[in-house]
Amino acid sequence: MADPMKIRANLVGDATEVKVLMSHEMETGQRKDADGKVIPAWFIQNVKVAHNDKVVLAAQWGPAVAKNPFLSFRFKGGAKGDKVKITWTDNHNDTRTDEATIA
Amino acid sequence: MRTMMQRALAAGCAATALAAVMSAALAESTSDEIAKYREALQDGNPAELWEARGEEMWKAPRGPNKVSFASCDLGLGPGVVKGAYAELPRYFPDAKRVMDLETRLVYCMVSQQGYSESDALRNTFGNGSAHRSDLEALAAYVTSQSRGVAMNVALDEPHMHDMYRLGEKMFYYRGGTHDFACATCHGDDGKRIRLQDLPNLTKIEGAQKAYTTWPAYRVSQGELRTFQWRLNDCFRQQRFPELEFGSDASIALTAYLAGRANGAAYDGPAIKR
Repeated sequence: MADPMKIRANLVGDATEVKVLMSHEMETGQRKDADGKVIPAWFIQNVKVAHNDKVVLAAQWGPAVAKNPFLSFRFKGGAKGDKVKITWTDNHNDTRTDEATIA
Repeated sequence: MRTMMQRALAAGCAATALAAVMSAALAESTSDEIAKYREALQDGNPAELWEARGEEMWKAPRGPNKVSFASCDLGLGPGVVKGAYAELPRYFPDAKRVMDLETRLVYCMVSQQGYSESDALRNTFGNGSAHRSDLEALAAYVTSQSRGVAMNVALDEPHMHDMYRLGEKMFYYRGGTHDFACATCHGDDGKRIRLQDLPNLTKIEGAQKAYTTWPAYRVSQGELRTFQWRLNDCFRQQRFPELEFGSDASIALTAYLAGRANGAAYDGPAIKR
C-alpha cells in the first residue's frame, strides 16, 4: 500500500491553488542495479483530480517525472470547504486516492 | 624582439585577467542559479512525506513490547517533541552518555520498545522503497517540530563541553590517505566540490546555515538524509575510516557543529540538490 499524498488546496482570488506531493519511486526502467540487472519500470501513469465530483485535471505521466513528484496547478471556481479528490494509478495498477478540503 | 616578447607577455596577462573575471562571473551565476533552483523546490519539499510517516511511527505502538515513543525522553520530558531537536545533542543521565537525536531514538527503540540493537539499526540510511529507513522518517518528524526554534545546545554542561572540545579537535585533525581534515574543505570561503559551494564552518554564519538545514531531502538521491548521514558521507569523501553510526566520534562532531549553530533558528528538514 502506497503512502498517503500530502495535499494543500487554497483559495487564491477566484481560483483554487492545489499543491500535491506524492510518494512514489518513479523508476524509469533505464537504470541497472549493482548486479547489472535492469530495474523494471515502475511509475505513475494516470493522475485525476476532481473538485467535488467534477474532473478538473486529468494527466498521463511517463517515466520522465521525478521520484516523489510534486504537482501544483490552479483551477477556476471552488469555495472554502469544498473537497478536492486526487487519484493516481501506476503501471503496476497500484492506486491511491486522497482528499483535501479547500482552505 | 624584446618588444614582441613584452607584448606577448602583456597579452598573456590580459587573457589571464579576463579568464579570472569570467570564472568569477560564472561562479556567481552558477550559485545564483542553484539558489533559484532551491527556491523553486522549497514549495514542494518531499521531506514532508518523511515527516508524515515519522509522525505516524512516533505515535504508534512499536516493537516486541508494543510501546510508542510517548515514553521516550528526548531531553524535555517523556514524549515531548516540540523544540527537542534544538537542544540536541545533550547529556542523558539515564544512558550516561551524550547523545544526538538518532542515537537517542535507537536508545528508546532498544530500551523501551524491545528491539534488538541490530534491528533498531537496520537501514540507518534508506535506499528506495524496498529499504526504507525508520530512523530517517522519525528524525524528519522530530526535527520538523523544532522549526523556527533557536538552537540552544547546553555547552556549559561538563559532558557536553568535553564532547564539543573533542569535536573541535576532530574538525581540524588531518588524516587518512589524502591528509584531509574537515577544515580542509570547510575552513575557507568560496570552496566547492564540482559546482557545489561548501559552507565555511569556521565562521558562525556558515556553521549556523549548514547545521540548521539538516536533515534534508536530497533531490539527487530521492531520500531524506540526517546529520549522521552527512558526517558519514564526509568521512567517505575524505577517505577516512567509516564513521560508525552513533559513535562518540560522530556525536562529538555533531555537538561541535550544533554548538557553533547556537542562537540560529532551526530551519529543517530542508531540501538540497
